[in-house]
Amino acid sequence: MTATLSVRNLRVEIPTRHGVLTAIDDLSFDIAPGEVLGVVGESGAGKSITGSAIIGLLDPPGRIAGGEILLGGERIDNLPPPAMRRVRGKRIGMIFQDPLTSLNPLYRIGDQLTQTILTHEKMTARAALDKAERLLVEVGIPAAGARLSSYPHQFSGGMRQRVVIALALAADPELVVADEPTTALDVSVQAQVISLLKRLCKDRGASVMLITHDMGVIAETADRVCVLYAGRLAEIGKVRDVVKHPQHPYTHGLMTAIPSLKGDPDARLEQIPGSMPRLGAIPEGCAFNPRCGFRLERCRAERPAAYPTSRSEASCFLLDAAGRAPPPETATAARAAGIEVRAGAPTGADA
Amino acid sequence: MSAAETRTARLAISSPDAAPLVEIDGLGRVFDLSKRWLNRVLDGSGKVMLTAVDGVSLSIERGGTYALVGESGSGKSTIAKMVVGLLPPTSGSVHIAGADIWAERSLARQRQLRRRIQMIFQDPYASLNPRWRVGSILAEPIKAFGLAADAAAREARVGELLSLVGLDPRDSAKFPHEFSGGQRQRIAIARALASEPEFIVCDEPTSALDVSVQAQVLNLLRDLQQRLGLTYLFISHNLAVVRHMATRVGVLYLGRLVEEAPARELFAAPKHPYTKMLLDAVPDIGMEGVERPSIAGEIPNPINPPPGCHFHPRCPHVMPQCRTVVPPSCAAGDAKVLCHLYDGADHAGTARSAP
Repeated sequence: MTATLSVRNLRVEIPTRHGVLTAIDDLSFDIAPGEVLGVVGESGAGKSITGSAIIGLLDPPGRIAGGEILLGGERIDNLPPPAMRRVRGKRIGMIFQDPLTSLNPLYRIGDQLTQTILTHEKMTARAALDKAERLLVEVGIPAAGARLSSYPHQFSGGMRQRVVIALALAADPELVVADEPTTALDVSVQAQVISLLKRLCKDRGASVMLITHDMGVIAETADRVCVLYAGRLAEIGKVRDVVKHPQHPYTHGLMTAIPSLKGDPDARLEQIPGSMPRLGAIPEGCAFNPRCGFRLERCRAERPAAYPTSRSEASCFLLDAAGRAPPPETATAARAAGIEVRAGAPTGADA
Repeated sequence: MSAAETRTARLAISSPDAAPLVEIDGLGRVFDLSKRWLNRVLDGSGKVMLTAVDGVSLSIERGGTYALVGESGSGKSTIAKMVVGLLPPTSGSVHIAGADIWAERSLARQRQLRRRIQMIFQDPYASLNPRWRVGSILAEPIKAFGLAADAAAREARVGELLSLVGLDPRDSAKFPHEFSGGQRQRIAIARALASEPEFIVCDEPTSALDVSVQAQVLNLLRDLQQRLGLTYLFISHNLAVVRHMATRVGVLYLGRLVEEAPARELFAAPKHPYTKMLLDAVPDIGMEGVERPSIAGEIPNPINPPPGCHFHPRCPHVMPQCRTVVPPSCAAGDAKVLCHLYDGADHAGTARSAP
């Protein structure tokens, strides 16, 4: 089965006065039909830039400098702007963080919905209005018929985000890119919006790329998760595997650093020393190496590829079966952290 | 320090014989959001009043961490401002170590009180003056309260403060923009510690930080509490963070303290229907694949909150009196709950249906 979205060796560059910054470096992942892929990372990890690159809305001077993006098997990264406009909204729906800025404050909700529907589908204005009302009913807006003539400011935050979801789904897209869809909302509303988004996409068979910094949202919503660090893939795999048995030292650090509603509240949180490097100052070799507790000699010079483990795939030399054996104490510590150390394993031949 | 040691240390400082350091009684704040007089006359509109905080009473033990949780508009930050002395309350009082901070007339004693209370703000990008070197930022409270004999002593103290929060004393010559978000929050913490306070109000201290950095700051706050015997009022909307930090928790809904209880009890057995709903709603990494009960409704407009119990339109256990009568504060074990389900009257089976 063809993946709904396939990102191959994506590279996004931002030319600045002080040289070219590489915001996304050699990133590859697939989203299967009907799948929810979570994309997580800290601020500056490149989550939103990945989303913008996919929908063809990179802020200039940012540009795709390499790799390809395939939607249903066809390349969309090199489409001319008019063709891309037909893809965007029709085949890819978008939901942004702040519902106030993604709705036009001067137009009634009904007009915004019918405009989107009519742009992408051939139907009469009357039929479009009916469809708009059906969409509002579907996203759970009470008295949908009457609310069609309301303006965005007459809705609460949660209701507005529901309208944005209705807009994103108006043309029955194959893929929905949701960038921090609940970050601006309160917890009790966040849960409603997330479950709504998940249900509607499931009903329509649409795939979702859910970009967020909140691991809790990912843990409860996504099927698979892709962890980014400094514009590079750290780890990708099934949510349960990545949350419970992270294989990359960064993911491991991240999972133990997040306070949870389960577990011992008096236990000290694990902390990762330092903070993520800025784009202009990404270290040589593995981007995580200065903060990593399991650093090997080669981590400072070479960049790890994504190596498979029995659960997820992670970009770490500890998992490179062809690599040299790490010092015994590093190997023991990494194994204690649940990392499947493969470097220097007997199958790894001569090292 | 092991988890068990941490627990004993925390219990030791919060021993019940000491009088509470902070006592807040019937605190209330009303904001006047009316248009100007002339506009009101021309439009024929009335006054618009917003009750941001409504009769909140709580006390914080010495060395304890009292966490206030609630969604936006619940009055968390308004309470924080009234407690530190930045915003006068409309009603009620705040006592710190026995002194009423809003009734104190003597300027000298007011200064003394202010030295003992400090605040850490949410956004370390906004709370540090970008044109001041870190050294000057930290020296300011020391100067203002006359806590160092001379410039050399002040400089030594600044260095000490920086090491205390895990930064290099040499960082005092740098400007805030040279630091990352987490390091800036450390500077803000060092500034709060500069006046040697006993009580620090932390208003969402980690909300602007990334998770890996959040853990560093939370650990630092806990370490400092151990070492310096600090008392915290910790304000957050993140329940997992609160569970990790607090000894006692108060839950706010539209300006009212609907439940307060020891942290363990609140998270193990929440009593108020709103607390239960909130705990059910939080996405958590320990909960993947768990089906959630669906939640109804949103926070109502605080300008025109529902009568009776503010939560009644969303409450699954709503009873007739909830729509008209403001619930009294009811004791349930160590907890205090603002809910008719716990007021002792027989509600013909409704109370029994509450877990």
